[in-house]
Amino acid sequence: MSPSKLDLLQGTLDLMVLQTLTTMGSQHGYGIARRIEQVSGDEILLNQGTIYASLIRLQQRGWISSEWGTSDNNRKAKFYCITRAGRKQLVADTAYWQRLASVMTRVLSMSSEGDNG
Amino acid sequence: MTLLRQYFARVCSFFHKQQQDADLETEVSHHLHLAVQENIARGFSPEEALRTALLRFGNVQQAREQQRAARGLPWLDVFFQDLRFTFRTLRRDRAFALIAVLILALGIGANIVVFSIVDTILLRPLPFPAAEQLVRIAPKVSKCGASCATYSTDATQEFQQRTKVLSDVTGYDAFTSPGNWKLTSRAIPMPVTGIDVMENFFHTLGVQPFKGRFFTPDEARINASPVVLVTYAFWKHQLAADPNIVGQSISLNNTPTTVVGVLPETFDFGSIYAPGAKIDIFTPYIYDRVREYGNMISLTGRLRPGATLAQAQAEANLLFPGLDGSVKKGYKGGYTAKLYDLKDYVSGSLRRSLIVLWCAVGLILLIVCVNLSNLLLARAAARSKEFAMRSALGASRGRIVRQLLTESLILSAAGSLLGLGIAIGTTYYLAHQGSIALPLLSQIRIDRTALGWTLLLAVIAAISFGILPGLRISSSNLQEGLKDSGPGSGSGRKHDRIRSILVVSEIALVCVLLVGAGLLLRSFLRVLEVDLGFEPAHSAAIALDYPSSLKTPEQFSAYVQELLHRVKAVPEIESAGITDSLPMSRNRSWGISAKGKSYRDGELPGTFVYVITPGYLKSIGMHLVKGRDIAWNDIDPKEGVVIINETVARYLWPNEDPIDRIARVGGADARVIGVIADVRESSAEATGGWQMYVSALAPQFGASDSKLVVRSRIPAETLQPTILSILRQLNPGQPAVDLSPIQRLVDHAVSPRRFFVYLVGVFAGLGLLLASLGIYGVISYSVTQRTQEIGIRMALGATQAIVQFDVIRQTLRMAALGILIGAFASVALSNLISSLLFGTAPTDPATFAAIVLLLVIIALLAGYIPARRASRIDPMIALRNS
Repeated sequence: MSPSKLDLLQGTLDLMVLQTLTTMGSQHGYGIARRIEQVSGDEILLNQGTIYASLIRLQQRGWISSEWGTSDNNRKAKFYCITRAGRKQLVADTAYWQRLASVMTRVLSMSSEGDNG
Repeated sequence: MTLLRQYFARVCSFFHKQQQDADLETEVSHHLHLAVQENIARGFSPEEALRTALLRFGNVQQAREQQRAARGLPWLDVFFQDLRFTFRTLRRDRAFALIAVLILALGIGANIVVFSIVDTILLRPLPFPAAEQLVRIAPKVSKCGASCATYSTDATQEFQQRTKVLSDVTGYDAFTSPGNWKLTSRAIPMPVTGIDVMENFFHTLGVQPFKGRFFTPDEARINASPVVLVTYAFWKHQLAADPNIVGQSISLNNTPTTVVGVLPETFDFGSIYAPGAKIDIFTPYIYDRVREYGNMISLTGRLRPGATLAQAQAEANLLFPGLDGSVKKGYKGGYTAKLYDLKDYVSGSLRRSLIVLWCAVGLILLIVCVNLSNLLLARAAARSKEFAMRSALGASRGRIVRQLLTESLILSAAGSLLGLGIAIGTTYYLAHQGSIALPLLSQIRIDRTALGWTLLLAVIAAISFGILPGLRISSSNLQEGLKDSGPGSGSGRKHDRIRSILVVSEIALVCVLLVGAGLLLRSFLRVLEVDLGFEPAHSAAIALDYPSSLKTPEQFSAYVQELLHRVKAVPEIESAGITDSLPMSRNRSWGISAKGKSYRDGELPGTFVYVITPGYLKSIGMHLVKGRDIAWNDIDPKEGVVIINETVARYLWPNEDPIDRIARVGGADARVIGVIADVRESSAEATGGWQMYVSALAPQFGASDSKLVVRSRIPAETLQPTILSILRQLNPGQPAVDLSPIQRLVDHAVSPRRFFVYLVGVFAGLGLLLASLGIYGVISYSVTQRTQEIGIRMALGATQAIVQFDVIRQTLRMAALGILIGAFASVALSNLISSLLFGTAPTDPATFAAIVLLLVIIALLAGYIPARRASRIDPMIALRNS
């Protein structure tokens, strides 16, 4: 794995999973992991295996639900989809994340100005 | 909400591990399958496809663990892991586990028992609603103990009307005696103990009837039809637990009496007012029947809500001196009153004893912990390699300490459970012991508080004996542990030192405990040696019932003479006599003064009076110092006769011969015919007060509640049928009561002291056993460790004697240090116990010497066994072993 990849911040994976399920509808673990990798342009350091801890956590919180089904290649697979509570949580978390990102951007740009002056 | 839901889901998944693991496996394998497919589709070779898939997935095992940690309760998993491991190791080391659990069970069990005693008698409020409002009212100075702390009927009623601070004032007839009623519904009358209580008695205490109701004011009138309240036990055992008993009538003293109610099971009159006594029935106090009988009532009151004891006391100080002794006879009673919190009155005098008991049992637990700490250290030393290996494999220090603490928690939990069992058995036994005169003892049980205390003890014990070995192990050098340089290495010595310190402190603790127990035991023996003024051995008493046909004093006299004549005709009986009160049971007091002398108000104390027949003094074994016994013809109604004790003689006729002087006794003249040695009246420990004896046959005194006392070498049980059949011949109404040895009264009086001595003694014995185990363990272990060294020394020419002496010297050094510290601590603590001692100094040299000797002997014994083993070491084998 190349050192230039981004480490995942605590809690960001959960948010990514929720967003992925919102856009893609019902999906199995591999599908979610691949989708995140694709969207992030292979820029984050994701061990695909870690997605399962995130999935069980979200499920226990009632933000996603799961059911067994059959995948394209006729194998038994667990499919996840987002719940109403999950959508609400996603809205809240997205707002929070954007606020944090904008604050970070502002703070960091200010400090570089200070250096110049 | 979300958190709660998540937690619930975690708990659920904790119980569905297998299912969830299987699900996860399916998901993972599906995941990898898809990844491989995708890679193959991209043109990878199958091996390359799998490799890439696994690479992208990351560590599979780690992903599993992460998922498990996220979904379940990881700390609980670890705990169960520790638990399983602990059970496995303890199973392997059964002897150790058994000893540890047993020691702990004894220590914790003793603590629970004592805690429930202390809790019941000292800490918990009395079993009544708003019990803190209840007060006991007794004369400020009582010269004749609790039973004559009484007031007249007029005074009581006057006080009831005038008090503003107390919402209720009530009382009971203090002059009752066991078996004063008979249940006559059956062929052979059964003795029943009843007590007269004022009609508001139960209302004041706040007791609710189990069935029926309590007394009404009408039932306390002189011509009211007789009614009775029965206790729960009486209802259950004598009235066959008849559910419709209320309103029915039972025959008491041949009078049909209506049962108006049944008291609740929890109400125990004896446990509050008369420790050790069992009351069966309650009857209303009929004011007008006993109004002129003098001071009869023992008072209890209830403060108004918000009122304080001090306010009540201030009011009592104003009111009591003005109360009438008798309105009709027109004299003031000269009363005083001190108000006590009822709880303090009941158990205040036991506070010190109970605290000492509590300390003793705390010491036991401390010794238990020290001992276990020692055992665990020895085990830890033996397991040091195992722990070194585990930490080399990556176990953190915290993890190992946690594992060790789990072990001690398991031991302590097992010990506590067993201890709880012991405690439940013991408290049940104590609660059903009628013969110990301790208040509230019947209420003792293991309740929620006691269970909480048990839990607390278990945790404290586990931590205190587990932490030291835990820290030692985890701090020991890993490398050294793995190499294990074996016996004689540095770490072994360090272990030894800690263990020696533990043993020394153990000996010191035991020394303190033994000194305390020794002092209490010596006091107890001193109490037993006291000259009581009568000789309980070979003397026995039985309650008498007189036929109702006896009307005149002459008939009574003839009957009594005939009765005594028949009893004395039994060859084994040396003498027989009748009294109304026995020593150390109930008592009552009248006044006595020298005729013609004047005394200040309140100068003369109440005098215990005994109404007796000829032969009684001899039968109970009292010593006539001067003069003669009462004779059958001492029945002059104008001038009776009286026998006084030495204390009365000294005060009323100082430096004079009291014989043939005339005294005023209860308002009548009486000639002093004898002087008797003082009798220890209320207890073996307090000197007797004023006592006098008058004739039961003289019409002006009159007998009631008579007891026949006989002196015989034959045991009371053997004699009982003979005596009962004689009594039954004379009076078919004689109830089937026991002929009980007088010694029983004395035993009852000293039972609290016996109880404490017994308990502290048991604790001390337990402590001694534990300490000797501790010494043995340490010495034996050090001998094992030094096998090689001893072998070399013997090879170089040391004799068996020298080796033995060496080991014993090591033992004695520890013992001496422990005893020294313990002795100093005992002296320092001696004032805690001094008020409990009787005729024994808190630094009694004999006791101290005996304890020191005992400890040295025990230490020698505990050291001798390993010493012998050491001296038997074969140098060749010892050297080869390394």
